Amino acid sequence: MSEVTVRVSHVSKRFGDVHAVRDVSFEVSAGECFGLLGPNGAGKSTTLKMLTTLLRSDEGEIEIAGRALAKEPTRIRECIGYVPQMLSVDGNLTGYENLLIFAKLYGLRRREREERIIEILEMTGLEEAADRLVKTYSGGMIRKLEIGQAILHHPKVLFLDEPTVGLDPVARKGVWEHIERLQHEQNMTILLTTHYMEEAESLCTRIAIMSRGQIAALGTAAELREQMGNPDATMDDVFTHYAGKFDNQEGGMKSVFRSRRTAKRLG
Amino acid sequence: MSSGVAEPQNAWAKGRSRVWLYFSHVFTILEMEVWKLRKDPSELIMRGIQPALWLLVFGQAFSRFRVLPSGNVSYKAFLTPGILAQSVTFISIFYGISIIWERDMGLLQKVATTPIRKSALALGKMLSASVRSLGQAIIIILLALILGIHMNFGVGAVAGVLLMVILGGAFFSGLSMVIAAIVRTRERMMGIGQLITMPLFFSSNALYPMSVMPVWLKVIATINPMSYLVDGLRGLLIATPDAHFGLDVLVLVAAGLVVLGLNTVLYPRILSG
Ligand SMILES: Nc1ncnc2c1ncn2[C@@H]1O[C@H](COP(=O)(O)OP(=O)(O)O)[C@@H](O)[C@H]1O
Ligand SMILES: [Mg+2]
Repeated sequence: MSEVTVRVSHVSKRFGDVHAVRDVSFEVSAGECFGLLGPNGAGKSTTLKMLTTLLRSDEGEIEIAGRALAKEPTRIRECIGYVPQMLSVDGNLTGYENLLIFAKLYGLRRREREERIIEILEMTGLEEAADRLVKTYSGGMIRKLEIGQAILHHPKVLFLDEPTVGLDPVARKGVWEHIERLQHEQNMTILLTTHYMEEAESLCTRIAIMSRGQIAALGTAAELREQMGNPDATMDDVFTHYAGKFDNQEGGMKSVFRSRRTAKRLG
Repeated sequence: MSSGVAEPQNAWAKGRSRVWLYFSHVFTILEMEVWKLRKDPSELIMRGIQPALWLLVFGQAFSRFRVLPSGNVSYKAFLTPGILAQSVTFISIFYGISIIWERDMGLLQKVATTPIRKSALALGKMLSASVRSLGQAIIIILLALILGIHMNFGVGAVAGVLLMVILGGAFFSGLSMVIAAIVRTRERMMGIGQLITMPLFFSSNALYPMSVMPVWLKVIATINPMSYLVDGLRGLLIATPDAHFGLDVLVLVAAGLVVLGLNTVLYPRILSG
């Protein structure tokens, strides 16, 4: 077995009355693409925010690249990349400037910076658009730029929160291919969230289905089907089966509003 | 992995002091703001209109009436530093809105997952607001020159003015960020900003000297940080005999450090939507 890059044990988070994440545990191995799949409001973003040091967990432990997150948050920030569900580039700067700012924040030296930005622009196919303001980019281009920003410093883990939400099918496919390349060519460890079953199945080596803050099932797509007792089930069946496990009533008005707002911005 | 793989930890350890990195992060946040302003300076210019009106209309009228004692200088010269301070304060007190905007967008969260220190991010944002205020200072100084308002435009005085503007802008935008972290929404931030700007302005020495104030107002004016900004600017631009430049700088730096500290503590609050 390869080394464990992310270890989450018994993590919980409450917002007032809302138990957003409860007793979640899982491990992600080096080089793996791990998917958190679940409906709106399942607690996926909250989990990712705790893993990226943005939110403090109420209970439980998180370890990334062998370091305890609670003890060394700054060290952990040096070796992770994060693309939030919302828009994280500045529309009033060019693609190049957006990359340069983050290269500086990650502490890359001048020479390294220039080489790496060129590398990223090639990888994302944004060379031609590099000097254009990002507000003129399409949704797919923005997502690729955001992912590019997050991998400038060769992170040990890349966290992607709903990387294709609000994208049209063509742009979505472009982003999928980009993620696949990162995984296969760069052997990057990726943890992504999604509420599209086919996305989880085609990108992820293993999937954890989240429902109401809990993990309802965990395994490869094939294993999930098997656990359900129906190897011929479609991913839709699997999703519905497990997402309903904790009597989920969807994410409610607030989360619907949130994800639509994001979708609108990216579209 | 691709070529040039740098173990981030090594690069960090390699002889670069934390202090250097801290200030390079502050500078990076500042740089981002400057790049944006350079591309679209229209906002800066628009914001120059209001102080221009104050100087032209209010300044003109009151120097005609001679109702306010402005010592041995014209009322317009007395008023100009006050209007400069007003414009720095007003532009900065709403800065929290753009922080909330960046939070709502997701940009702030992404920055917060890089190795930047919380206080470096807060300081960078405070100084970014100062850059906007500097634009105001330049517009108002040019305007005063055009209007033929007689003031001290020596290199030393102007340098001092720019320093005061940076300090004032950093403090008031820092204050605004504290409010933003507490109220969390743009609408509430807007409301509070509007609620405090006028009292802040009228309870300072921007329009009239402290000497004509009733005692209760004098007390308020003394604890109002805007008064120190006005006093410093006035001392530099029209050489008022009772200005205390050293004290003014000290008060603004101390107040700035307090809000920087508060922002560092409150920072998780602004991040969580
Ligand atoms: N900052 C917050 N304050 C209060 N409630 C929140 C906050 N963030 C998330 N929640 C709530 O926590 C639950 C999980 O949200 P989230 O993690 O965003 O779900 P997902 O990303 O799976 O759609 C939802 O019910 C949501 O409304
Ligand atoms: Mg989410």
